[in-house]
This record gives sequence, C-alpha cells and structure tokens, in this order.
Amino acid sequence: MNLSYLLDPAHWDPSVSGSFPQLLLSHLWYVFLALLIGTVIALPIGLYIGHTGKGSFIAINAGNAGRSLPTLGLLMLMVTLLGLGLLPVLIALTVLVVPPILTSTYAGMRTLDRRVVDAAKGMGMRPWQVLTRVELPMALPVLMGGFRSAALQVVATATVAAAVGLGGLGRLLIDGLAVNDYSRVLAGAIVVAVLAVVLDLFLALVQRWVVSPGVSGRF
Amino acid sequence: MITFEDVVKIYPGGGTAVDHLSMELPTGKMTVLVGPSGCGKTTSLRMINRMVEPTSGRVLIDGQDVSGQDEALLRRGIGYVIQHAGLFPHRTVLDNVATVPMLLGRTRRQARAASLELLERVGLPAEFAKRYPAQLSGGQQQRVGVARALAADPPVMLMDEPFSAVDPVVRSQLHAEFLRLQQDLGKTIAMVTHDIDEAIKLGDYVAILRQGGVLAQFGTPQELLDHPADDFVASFVGRDRGLRSLSFDAAASVPVSPPGDDLVTDEAGRPVAWRTPSGERPIGGTFTKDDSLRVITDLAIMSPVGIAVRVGADGVCDGIVRHHDLVDYLIARRS
Repeated sequence: MNLSYLLDPAHWDPSVSGSFPQLLLSHLWYVFLALLIGTVIALPIGLYIGHTGKGSFIAINAGNAGRSLPTLGLLMLMVTLLGLGLLPVLIALTVLVVPPILTSTYAGMRTLDRRVVDAAKGMGMRPWQVLTRVELPMALPVLMGGFRSAALQVVATATVAAAVGLGGLGRLLIDGLAVNDYSRVLAGAIVVAVLAVVLDLFLALVQRWVVSPGVSGRF
Repeated sequence: MITFEDVVKIYPGGGTAVDHLSMELPTGKMTVLVGPSGCGKTTSLRMINRMVEPTSGRVLIDGQDVSGQDEALLRRGIGYVIQHAGLFPHRTVLDNVATVPMLLGRTRRQARAASLELLERVGLPAEFAKRYPAQLSGGQQQRVGVARALAADPPVMLMDEPFSAVDPVVRSQLHAEFLRLQQDLGKTIAMVTHDIDEAIKLGDYVAILRQGGVLAQFGTPQELLDHPADDFVASFVGRDRGLRSLSFDAAASVPVSPPGDDLVTDEAGRPVAWRTPSGERPIGGTFTKDDSLRVITDLAIMSPVGIAVRVGADGVCDGIVRHHDLVDYLIARRS
C-alpha cells in the first residue's frame, strides 16, 4: 500500500486517457447531471408540497425509501432493462439525489414562519410571488443543506459508473481491484474524498452568497 | 367607509365564526374590533381584504363589494399590519417597506426613496434602513410593520393585534405615536385587539363582539362606558368604567374657583406648594384645560389638601378645583 500511483506525474497528464484530470472531469459530469436532473424533479415537487401542504406523506416517505434503495443493485437492474450506457447510471444516481432534496425542500417550506407568508399574501402578492419572493428565500438554508448532502452522496456513489463500463473516478477502484493494484485503489479513494470535501466547501460558499444575511444571521 | 352587510362565516366542521354581522366603519376614523377569543374579530377583519371569504353576506369598501375584485389588487390598496409585524427576514428594513410600491410597479429607486421618508415618519432613523428585521427590537419591528403598511399610501388599513407583542412601556409609546400619525393621515382603519383598554384608548369607534361572532355593541368609547348595551358589554369594559369614562370629558368644562392663601407660588405665579398646618407640602401636579376629567379627579385624590390646580399655557395658576366642587360637578354631569 503506497502513494506511488497518486504521486506519479504521468497520471496527472490531462492528455493521457485514464489520467486523474480526465477521470475527474467525467466523474464531475455524472455528478452534475444527476444533481441537475434530481433538482429539476425534486425541487418543484418539494415546493408544491410545502406551499400547499398537500401530499406531505410523499415528501416524508421519499426520504426513507431513498435511503433504503441500494444504488448498485438499482444500477444493475437498470442495465438489465435498458442496456449499457449513461442512462442507467443517471437514473440510479438521480434516485439517490431526489430524496434528500425533496425532503429538505419540504422541510424548509414547512418550518418557515407562516405569519410572514400571511403578511405576504395580505400585502397583495400573487401565489407565485409569495413562493419565489418570500417562501423560497426563507427556506433556502434548509434547502441548501439537503442539496449539499445530496451532492456528497452522489460524489461518493458516482464511482458505480465504472462498474458498468463508464468512466469516472470509480475506474481507479474497479481496475485497481481487478489487477490487485492497491496503490491505484488508494489513489482513487483519496481523490474521491478530496473531491467531496472541495465540492462541499464550494457549495458552502454558494450558500453564503445566495442566502440572505437576514436569514442566515451573518450580518 | 367599510360596510359589513349581514356577514356570516361558518367554517367547515360547523363552527360559526361570524354570525350575521352588520356594521359600518366610517371613513377616516379608526374602528377597533374587540372581544374575547373566539368572537370572530380577526375573521371579520380578514374578510375585508379577502384573506377569508364570507359564507354569506357582503363586505363593501366605499360601496364596492370586495368579492368582485381581484384579490391581489384589492390587497395592494389596503394596508395590512399583523402581530409580530411579520416582516420578511431576508429583506432589509428598507426593502420590506418598499414591498407594496414595488408590487404596484414603481421603480426600485422611487420605492426606496418613499420608504426612507416613511421610516422617519414612524420614528426610525435612516441608519435602520440597511438592517435586517432580526437586528431590530420588537417595538422597532412593529414600527417597520406600520411603515410597510403605509408605504403605498392606502386609504384603508387593517391592523391585527399590532401592538400586543411588545412590552407595556413600548406599547403606550407606540400608541401615542400612532394616534399622532393617524391624526395627520386620517386613514380608515379597522383594528383588532383583545385588550379593551387599548380599544378605548385608540378607537374613534369600538365594536364589541361576543363568543360566536355576534356584535354586542357598536359605538364611541364613551357610549360603551356610559351606556353599555347589556351585562356582557358592561362586564367586558370592566369594573371601573365610570372612572374611565371620565377620560373622555374635557377639563375645560369644570368650573374653577380662585386660589386661596394656602397655595404657595413663585414670583411668576407658578404653583409650588401647599401651606398646611404641618408645614409646606409639594403641589403634586397640575392640569390644563386640555386635560380630561380623569386627570382632575386623580389630582384631587392625590393632593394633600384635596384640591386640583389648573394652570395656563405659561404654567401660571388660573384656578383651582376643590374636591367637593368636583363631586358636585360629577353628580350634575350624570343627570
């Protein structure tokens, strides 16, 4: 067990196929797509449930259901049904991403001060304006929390893409294990871990930027 | 003028919140809806801006049925102040106040300039403009709430327990400032409170509602105190209503007699003390023609010699009221 694979300059050359930069880029691409699709699905549903209070059982149960689904098993099922390719990977990762975003959006909407929402309506905001100008900005800290935990999970789990022949940092783990190159496995684990930390720090900065100081208390 | 025409509100589940309510809230005056919890006062208030829809009956503003109007547009034309202010935590004080002008399509610059003026009007210095609601005290938040409701200069204002979340000292300060503001602005105001003293202090008219949403009495504060319609109103306005009704009689109508030798004054003629067999005693306080009968009564009770002293604008004594003269006057006033 050593760091020779990680520290080898040849593995950092972006022009070499299978180098860290290339694997990192494809890994981030899967992460980005899964988060994008997951947000597009979960955010409106969470906002709708939170805004209207209808169907709250969906939001509550989604969290539990999502946690209990093994991503690798789901991926294999999707590959069996759809064949190899990016689509089954994205479906498996999206299923992972939707519950935390949905649950946190709902929670953010439910915990905000209803009196403020009442004031917004009473001042003559239309439902859409109440949602986008009042409820969403107030729910944002909780919502961002859910998004960050979704991002962390998907960064770690996107390694499964390699199990069905795609790229990403999972290649280092799968290929390393296949040829008993533990230095390569270690390198993959370290890069994934560092990526997760860096991504979370980045999202923390985004959160600081988009959440109003009046809500976060950072005056 | 806000008119309730035989308004009924029955909630699904069977509870009657408002029961055949008919009343008129006059233009330019403040009408306070007061009653115990469950009397439908807040429900009635919220039917004016369609936050609640009546089961039957109509609510009209200046003769126009509110139910025929676009909800959002109607509400933009009605100021709305709620308990705890309900400020938007993610917006600065200035942007909170600018909310309705912005909804009405004013430019950000116009809306902010007008809002800055309003902040000053409700007694908040300009440096508060950039702060967030969480950085303000409860009383300051409530001032911002009032400024926000006034921002688009609506002719009608609804206030739902606006002063109940602040401590008594701040509350009476806010009362005084609000009365002054209303004197300038002359808005048509409907306010809800559970506090009968607040209702009597602030209202030009008071509507007392009882459990089940029935109007028990509508009238000026003095009418309610002097001639309560029934036992419920009498007990609701309180035990010392006779004493409190004195607040609405002007001191100017009480006859005064010339001061005697026992009043010690300074060179200018301002009262200083009473000369009594046991030495000089402090004067305690004085009243002017603008004070109420209640102030005179209080002074007469507190005075060591049972005499209330009246002074002119210059602080010089221009007459006294002896407490037996006051009693004679109070008896004559009843008949």
